Amino acid sequence: MTKGSVKFENVTKSYGEFVALKPLSIDIAPGTLCTLLGPSGCGKTTTLRLIAGLESATAGRILIGGQDVTHLSATYRPVSMVFQSYALFPHMTVLENVAYGLSVKRVPKAEAKDRAETGLELVGLSGFGSRLPSELSGGQQQRVAVARAIVLEPEVLLLDEPLSNLDAKLRRHVREEIRQIQQRLELTAVYVTHDQEEAMAVSDRIIVMKNAEIAQEGTPHDLYERPASAFIADFIGDANLLDTEVIATGDETRIRLLGQELTLPLTAKHTGAAKLVLRPHQVRIGSETLPGSLPAEVTYAAYLGNQIQYTLKSEAGEIFAVAPPVAQPFRQGDNVHFSWADNAPRIVMT
Amino acid sequence: MTRTAAIWLFVGLAGYVFLPWYMTPHGFWSFGWVIDPQGGGESGLYHLLSGRFWLVGPLLGILAGFAVLGIIKPPIARSRGFIITATAGLALMIAQGLLIKNAGRAAAEVSLWQPGMGAGAFVVALSLLFVLTSGISGLGKGRGDAFITSLIGLIVALVAVFVFYPMSFILVQAFALKGGQGYGISEFLPRFFDDTVWSLACVMGSGYCGAAVNSLVLGLSTALGTTVMGLAFALVFTRTAFPAKPFLRILSILPIITPPFVIGLVLILLFGRSGTITVYLSDFLGTEKTRWLYGFWGVWLAQMLSFTPIAFLVLIGVVEGVSPSIEEASQTLDATAWQTFHRVSLPLMRPGLANAFLLGFIESVADFGNPLVLGGNFNVLSTEIYYAIVGTVADPAKAGILSITLLSMTLVAFLAQRKWLGKKNYATVTGKADNGQNAALNPGMKWACYALALPWAAFTLVLYGLILLGSFVKLWGYDHTLTLEHYTRAFGMVFRNGVHFVGSAWDSYFTTLTIAAISAPLTALVGLLTAYLLVRQKFAGKDAFEFSTMLSFAIPGTVIGVAYVMAFNFPPIELTGTAIILILVFVFRNMPVGLRGGIAAMSQLDKSLDEASIMLGANSATTLRRVILPLLGPAILAAITYSFVRAITSVSAVIFLVSARHNMATAFIVGRVENNEYGIAIAYSAVLIVTMLVAILLLQALIGRRTLRRTDRVQTA
Repeated sequence: MTKGSVKFENVTKSYGEFVALKPLSIDIAPGTLCTLLGPSGCGKTTTLRLIAGLESATAGRILIGGQDVTHLSATYRPVSMVFQSYALFPHMTVLENVAYGLSVKRVPKAEAKDRAETGLELVGLSGFGSRLPSELSGGQQQRVAVARAIVLEPEVLLLDEPLSNLDAKLRRHVREEIRQIQQRLELTAVYVTHDQEEAMAVSDRIIVMKNAEIAQEGTPHDLYERPASAFIADFIGDANLLDTEVIATGDETRIRLLGQELTLPLTAKHTGAAKLVLRPHQVRIGSETLPGSLPAEVTYAAYLGNQIQYTLKSEAGEIFAVAPPVAQPFRQGDNVHFSWADNAPRIVMT
Repeated sequence: MTRTAAIWLFVGLAGYVFLPWYMTPHGFWSFGWVIDPQGGGESGLYHLLSGRFWLVGPLLGILAGFAVLGIIKPPIARSRGFIITATAGLALMIAQGLLIKNAGRAAAEVSLWQPGMGAGAFVVALSLLFVLTSGISGLGKGRGDAFITSLIGLIVALVAVFVFYPMSFILVQAFALKGGQGYGISEFLPRFFDDTVWSLACVMGSGYCGAAVNSLVLGLSTALGTTVMGLAFALVFTRTAFPAKPFLRILSILPIITPPFVIGLVLILLFGRSGTITVYLSDFLGTEKTRWLYGFWGVWLAQMLSFTPIAFLVLIGVVEGVSPSIEEASQTLDATAWQTFHRVSLPLMRPGLANAFLLGFIESVADFGNPLVLGGNFNVLSTEIYYAIVGTVADPAKAGILSITLLSMTLVAFLAQRKWLGKKNYATVTGKADNGQNAALNPGMKWACYALALPWAAFTLVLYGLILLGSFVKLWGYDHTLTLEHYTRAFGMVFRNGVHFVGSAWDSYFTTLTIAAISAPLTALVGLLTAYLLVRQKFAGKDAFEFSTMLSFAIPGTVIGVAYVMAFNFPPIELTGTAIILILVFVFRNMPVGLRGGIAAMSQLDKSLDEASIMLGANSATTLRRVILPLLGPAILAAITYSFVRAITSVSAVIFLVSARHNMATAFIVGRVENNEYGIAIAYSAVLIVTMLVAILLLQALIGRRTLRRTDRVQTA
């Protein structure tokens, strides 16, 4: 069944000379939540607005539910959208806001009211219908915006940085709610954010964008465990990127790091200059030299209660590491050795 | 798209077949043409069949449109088809309208004769336009939204027909040769540089200066004076602890609802030959009774009184816009109050000052009422244009030449204003909350402002007192017995078998109110819709579109009045003598005000509100109606109020366009002034001022209520 799928075929967008989107092809499966992730200006919002019909494509084809909507105006596309600013109509009550889409579609009043109330119930706001948006908290306004978008039973729900106006604690709560609603209604959702943690937490699939094109796409697990580039490695979760060189590769890979030759249980693309990707929690720090450990100096140590954060200086680059709290942490200026579990690091070519 | 085009094709066809193509003798709404279609109410089809072959153009356009609808199926090709056929139909229609001249009704049945276009022609033209615009939307322009492209097309067409088309007549007339011998430049140049226009004789002390020189000097002096006074008032209002600020506000609004020449009239009561102060001075001090008021100084004084509030309203926004934290920063750097004002605040106010100056200049040279009442031998362009049209020897060419001169002055000022303000950004108020305090003025500045502003305010107050008093006095300066005579003569009613409005002013009073009431919402609508297009839509040629809609702001009323008389006095569009021409002139003269207000208000509405509505399945028209317009309440109120008031107080454009059937209050008053019936003129002015006050309050109560109800709900919920 193609209902709810979103497909781009070589879609581009440019404003005069400025290219907002290089030829882009994506395919989003029905019923999944796909996140467009990337730094600001990477083209993710443009992509979302192209799905919405708020921008028109310069070239290429856009299909929703298998139907070509490239030239269809936003009004008639089977999608709805939750805006970053919520965009609740300030002169209408919460119920009027939620029922707006139904009423412009000429749904009979009584039915529209029922469906709007069901929508409010779904987001846990029954009984708030007669209030004005300005009388709700940020989180509640957010949920009204979600209810307003889903009562239309769209094929695709678009969310444009929906959590960016909420404080950090509320954010986690609301994103869980959004994910639950999406799964319960089996909606296709396209979610834009620049927050990688948020993306990891809610997505079935993530499309990471950079410079108006796709940098890598895959499941959260794929992206974290198998970054295709230094950019992805650094963007998805913190990572230390150490200068290294691949000497030989096959079932195993031999690399040269800080003058030592090491063997890693993985396959690199080819030989040559590369970066070793080492996550902060994978770094092990000790005071004595062990086989495979490398020298470094502690330049900064911070005690955070549940963990200790170290910044180490090594010839291959700066290393950020977190360690469980111990009675005798290392101190600034200590000479240490660092290592990692055998299958922990990844290699990306530069 | 196709459905919209099809509907308009049917509408166009119906208009062509059933509606009277030309103007009907008794007006469209009397429906005399339904009963007796042969009596001037014949449809386009009838005229075509009786031999007026040139009317075939629009019909061909419509029929070709139907052919496109039936034959061409691919959407893009079909859209192109609509565009081509509709454009051709419109072009043929415009061509026949301009080419077939009125050769007189006496000519034979199938001669080259045509009256002004009527309802049928109007409907057909509109339909062809909308077929064209929905074709354009079918090509994906305007995000494929037929409503948007149609709106753009409609406003472009309206501005073209009612601003650019009449203005072109001024240009053409200016080059007319004497005695109707065609057109050429041979007479234009000598007349353009004539002594009556550009003479500097008064500077040498050997006679009168030219009208253009007078206008220029007057405009510059008034602009300078009003800017200084406006700044003084604005500073008193924002930077001092002056106790009676609300009173100053009211005082600043009063002149806006005062017909422009009323100030001139009251000045005559005070300083005229038999004015109170003149008489007092001559009685007690033995000074000579002079006629100093009738000339440059009188006009200047009246304009200062009329236009200082405009400068004040411009400058108060600017003075308030200087962020307190910037002034505080200056003070923490050890600057004194004077240094802070002189070196920080004043430079930041510069664009506002420039704006106030240029507005003052435009208002002054365009002002017609005060020079008419007080000018004497001091000729300015706006009155000279008037006399060139209504004087003993009508001279349209002279009117055209003077209009071009005047128009160039206001256009230069208008362009200078846009250029100057467009380049620099002095806005210091950001979205961030700003809690500091503005620096107080140093004592010297404070007293200087008080010294300028307070006597001026008192003087204005005295003048308004005199308007009331003057209307109850028998003959000012000679017979000061109190009387109601002026009011009974103007507004007398007889209660015998019902109410009879016997006063001489009732006719024009009712006409004025009706026309103002019709034109005000139309003005607001056109202005706000244009603002919506400019703020919310992207389309090719948007800059040119914006410029042309703003342009009519710079056209002086006298000029547009002359232009309308020249353009709409004969077919294809024959409107002189009707109420429609009055409504049109108000709509297109006052539209820029609604436009500016609308742009300002709409820029504050987050664009995602529109987008949210669109995403929820509403089209642009629904979004406009249900989301944007309700949120623009205050801006709509302001636009309606302002256009209503302007329609009532306007003189310059109206005076050419009134007719015996549709006389306006201001034109009536000017007539009384010319007959030296000051009592009635002042009484009528007082009634107008009160009427407008009541109307403003009513409007506020009517439109403002929705906002109130909303606030109530906030509190009770």
